[in-house]
Amino acid sequence: MHTGHSHGAGGGPVDHHDHLHGEAAHDPHAPQPDHDDTLTYYRRLEIAVRELLIEKGVLSADEIRRTVENYDSRTPEGGARVVARAWVDPQFKALLLRDARAACESMGFDMNVFEVELTAVENTPEVHNVVVCTLCSCYPRMLLGMPPAWYKSRAYRSRLVREPRAVLREFGTELPESVAVRVHDSTADLRYLVVPMRPAGSEGLDEAALASLVTRDSMVGVTALPPVGPRAG
Amino acid sequence: MSATTLPDPAASTSAHAPRYAPGERVHVLRVDVPGHIRTPWYVRGRTGVIDRVVGAFRNPEELAYGRSGEQRRYLYRVRFVQREVWPDYAGAAVDTVDVDLYEHWLRKA
Repeated sequence: MHTGHSHGAGGGPVDHHDHLHGEAAHDPHAPQPDHDDTLTYYRRLEIAVRELLIEKGVLSADEIRRTVENYDSRTPEGGARVVARAWVDPQFKALLLRDARAACESMGFDMNVFEVELTAVENTPEVHNVVVCTLCSCYPRMLLGMPPAWYKSRAYRSRLVREPRAVLREFGTELPESVAVRVHDSTADLRYLVVPMRPAGSEGLDEAALASLVTRDSMVGVTALPPVGPRAG
Repeated sequence: MSATTLPDPAASTSAHAPRYAPGERVHVLRVDVPGHIRTPWYVRGRTGVIDRVVGAFRNPEELAYGRSGEQRRYLYRVRFVQREVWPDYAGAAVDTVDVDLYEHWLRKA
């Protein structure tokens, strides 16, 4: 008799041929569970408010859908394109650090959907920037899309301001004491984009190849970018 | 020193030039008021340095309740030394935290 499964745990895939499961468990045509079973308080509230706004003519269903679609269309690739441009074009970088909205608009990003200002902060050998919103989940959505779950977690929000080096270490980022850790608490009308340092070994790469190196986490500032090269892969 | 109310909104509007300039030391009011407050607790009562005048924005403490948010308030990026914010801070002396704060929460240090 089987005492239990150990799928994947400790030793990779488990051979299933030596035992039988119940027929129902393996019915390939079994009905899939619905995913609409999370009608929580806040979901119910959102539906009620949305339906009222539509009913009263404040917003149309189409306007709401288009706005959601616009948000969903933003991904970290947008931010990565901006960072890569800043690495190869010193004039663009100067504009980005002075007026991030203008810089992004010059690359074709529509910044008007978001009623907040964007600012870019540059990592250097002396200063490492990292972003948090201790009050809620403010995030540069216009360039990075929706924030990851950990960015919104109570642990990240409360600990990053209090012990940033310990949190960075948990992301695999070890910084010497000589590098100043500059935390940005995005509390109000500013959203922050971190411009990570260009990785060592990337000298020969063009702008598109550089953009493919830039990760979401590096633009939040919880990681630095690893060197590129045949050994680093 | 601690206060129990914020200054009169009319006394701090965008009709004037920004009160503080980069490099100036400012004190964050230690006030406990209800509402949609954008000033985190951990910097209330602390002293920082103006890093940048961001501009004049509609006041989110008003906007949150369906009001117009006028008069606009100047928003500043204020830099705090971590070891002054957290007495037991374990990181380096050079570490800082920047917080975006509205003018009516600040006072000349």
